[in-house]
Amino acid sequence: MGVTVIPSSSEARLSPRRSILQNGLTVITSEQKALPMVTFNLLIDAGARFEPEAEAGLANITARLLTYGTKNRTALQISETLDYLGATLSTGCGEEAATVSMTLLKKDLDTGLQLLAEVLTASTFPAEELDRQKQSILASIRAREEQPGYIAHLKFIEVLFPKSSYGRPVEGTENSVKRVDRPGLLDFYQKYYRPNHAILTVVGDVSHDLMMQKLGRAFQPWEKGGASMGPPPLPAPGPAGVIKVNKDLTQANIIIGHEGVPRSHPDYYAIQVMNYILGGGGFSSRMMESIRNRRGLAYSVYSAFEPEKYTGSFQVSMQTKNESAGDAIRIAIEEIRKIREQGATEEELKAAKDYLIGSFPLRLDTNRKVATFLSQVEFFGLGLDYPERYPELIRGVSREDVLRVAKRYLHPEKLIVVVVADQTKAALKTPLDTGQGL
Amino acid sequence: MLSKMRLPVLSLFLLLSSIAPAQAQNFKVQEAALDNGLKVLLLEDHKSAVVTFQVWYRVGSRNEIDGRSGLAHFLEHMMFKGTKKMKPEEYSRIIAQNGGNSNAFTTQDHTVYFATMSRDKIGVEIELEADRMTNAVLDDYESEKMVVMEERRLRTEDNPGAALDEVMGAIVYTVYPYRRPVIGWMSDILNLSGDDLRQFYKTYYAPNNAFIVVVGDFDAQQILAKIKQEFGKIARGAAAPKVTLEEPPQKGERRVALKKEAELPLLSMYYHVPNLQDSDGFALDLLSVILASGRSSRLYQDLVYNKRIATGVDADYDGVSIGPAIFSFTAQVMPDKQQAEVESAIDKVVAQVRSEPVSDRELEKAKNQVEAAFVFGQDSIFGQALRIGQFESVAQWQFINAYLPGIRAVTAADVLRVAKKYLDPDHRTVGTLVPTKETK
Repeated sequence: MGVTVIPSSSEARLSPRRSILQNGLTVITSEQKALPMVTFNLLIDAGARFEPEAEAGLANITARLLTYGTKNRTALQISETLDYLGATLSTGCGEEAATVSMTLLKKDLDTGLQLLAEVLTASTFPAEELDRQKQSILASIRAREEQPGYIAHLKFIEVLFPKSSYGRPVEGTENSVKRVDRPGLLDFYQKYYRPNHAILTVVGDVSHDLMMQKLGRAFQPWEKGGASMGPPPLPAPGPAGVIKVNKDLTQANIIIGHEGVPRSHPDYYAIQVMNYILGGGGFSSRMMESIRNRRGLAYSVYSAFEPEKYTGSFQVSMQTKNESAGDAIRIAIEEIRKIREQGATEEELKAAKDYLIGSFPLRLDTNRKVATFLSQVEFFGLGLDYPERYPELIRGVSREDVLRVAKRYLHPEKLIVVVVADQTKAALKTPLDTGQGL
Repeated sequence: MLSKMRLPVLSLFLLLSSIAPAQAQNFKVQEAALDNGLKVLLLEDHKSAVVTFQVWYRVGSRNEIDGRSGLAHFLEHMMFKGTKKMKPEEYSRIIAQNGGNSNAFTTQDHTVYFATMSRDKIGVEIELEADRMTNAVLDDYESEKMVVMEERRLRTEDNPGAALDEVMGAIVYTVYPYRRPVIGWMSDILNLSGDDLRQFYKTYYAPNNAFIVVVGDFDAQQILAKIKQEFGKIARGAAAPKVTLEEPPQKGERRVALKKEAELPLLSMYYHVPNLQDSDGFALDLLSVILASGRSSRLYQDLVYNKRIATGVDADYDGVSIGPAIFSFTAQVMPDKQQAEVESAIDKVVAQVRSEPVSDRELEKAKNQVEAAFVFGQDSIFGQALRIGQFESVAQWQFINAYLPGIRAVTAADVLRVAKKYLDPDHRTVGTLVPTKETK
């Protein structure tokens, strides 16, 4: 046991092909004939980072309203069409990109494509739908206050990314959402929903050539345009400190973290290996061992370096009964210090590599996973041969690398600690008992 | 280490498989049985070079007794804490080192352990599962008990919707063991002992009380040989005790309110229905789709889109159940709207579907939704294995091949009949979450 598994023929199985349509749309396909289905994943440079701060939530609402009315169809007609086919068409929005995903049976490919093209080129954002959507989002902003994990997340990004779209909730705030208006939506849609700023991945029972033909026809009205935007401004990360939010809970929801690295960072792979050992590797990780297995302090505890295209964060996340919050935080910070001082053992390094390389095929075992994967590969500029290169990228990480990146990218003195809990019961000592002076 | 209270049948459709709409292709599961009673179900799928291997024990929270709720789930946790050969957590580490993902879950009806890995490594999982079927040590459990308590806090204590479900579960069933939460009441978890664990393990973890499901890129003969080699030497156990409790019919509406820190009110309505072994199951499934699946569905259009009194609404038929089943409505109330308005709106929609047949188009639409979801579900070998296992657990796996034909045969008259028969207010339990907000 322990021979590193090389994922044989990941690329052969995917056989991805890449072309660019006349209108600038990047298209990647992977023909999969096993099932009579096709799944689409579209990423558009239309994320929250492009919206004015005063109208935070605009990008999200634009994405949401795509399926609520076009020149030819009302919201109900769109829903009726999709439901009748048993197809799904959903939209989403993040800080950097908006997404549109569609899954349907192969026999409905032409109908689906027509609808997809329509929402991307002829959405009308009816006033009544905007009103409805705002009401819905305001309700969801309120409802999320019930989720302590989400409250912790919002506080954390607010402190980590001050004065930045990365520090705001994508859905906006009560006040900013109220300011979103129809002219603003139309303007955003015209400016950012452009094929030359989009990546479409198609996975399923259709050949690349046929797909390009169909897309050429269906997306003919989708014109290139919009300005090329450079990277967003990235203010300095916020200061270290402890943020306490008081709620009537039995558990403290804790996030501990600081700045991370963007996806393109040259040390990204060494960092992933180091993080696997520290807290990303499930039951193989140090944090899991010391916080859950040995002391029973948490059900879920993990660390992650979350990369975006232009920035990133490092986060430790866990939930423990109020009374143990102080202990759990102290132990997590100890583990961060320890790996910076000592690095990892040979055994830990091997286990990390064996998992990361050996489990790679599991990231590609459904059509929908393949679609998301290929979109991200293109979005982050990893190259379609990424699955073939991955094993070597991981294998090349040495013990010295792990120690080096732990020292370089883990910063106990910069830690932002967010605790959402019944603060009376948590009774956190400030400064925290971490020897950090936090 | 998930625990699920209920698995709504429709959400499973997102994970299932079998028949392409144009051709009735049956699920080609191969069945074998070892001498010790262990049933093996194999489905080859060569789409991707991975295999998922699952061991299903026919034991869940329904087999527990009062005062000892949460035992099946706690045992599931302890199965990762070592055997005579393996140290605690060693199972998980070995699977990870072999590039696999592993986990387990407990429901009211069954406890399932599984791993998904590359085809050439699956032998490792087979060996380890055979080992822990009989050699689990079940010692040193105090810290894992604390972990389970944290899990309960995370899933239920601090989750308003789940807390409401838990209270309603205890009221919709007055006798049947489904009235206890799978994770267990907090006071019961605290009292679970090593003896409890070992006795439960001995009683229920036997090859004749379990079955195996394997889906993926393997050769059936080869993998069966490996399974026989590892599991064949395990002795048959005594037959597991049967659950003989019966829920008396509910004659009269029950209502419960739960006050909890939350932002928005929730409304839940549970009706007693038969499980999917009853031929009414197909019509009940389609009824739930017509009522709340997709944005063109009746409840969504009325409550969310037109009246804007709910942020969302669900209708579920959880027919995948060994015991009785529940048909439920759940809605979250919009800010500044009243729970009573939402209840009244649902009542009107239900009254309509109980008095007039649904349109042909609506029925056809619902059938299309179910059939498409079937195909999409086949995209995941894990999902396929899950579905085979669920059917085998509550009925028999062959039911998968009867499912779509059963759905296709449902008429509008059937849907009307089941709505009339089962969605009777006298047989329902209504729960509301009443948000309180403490200012500290």
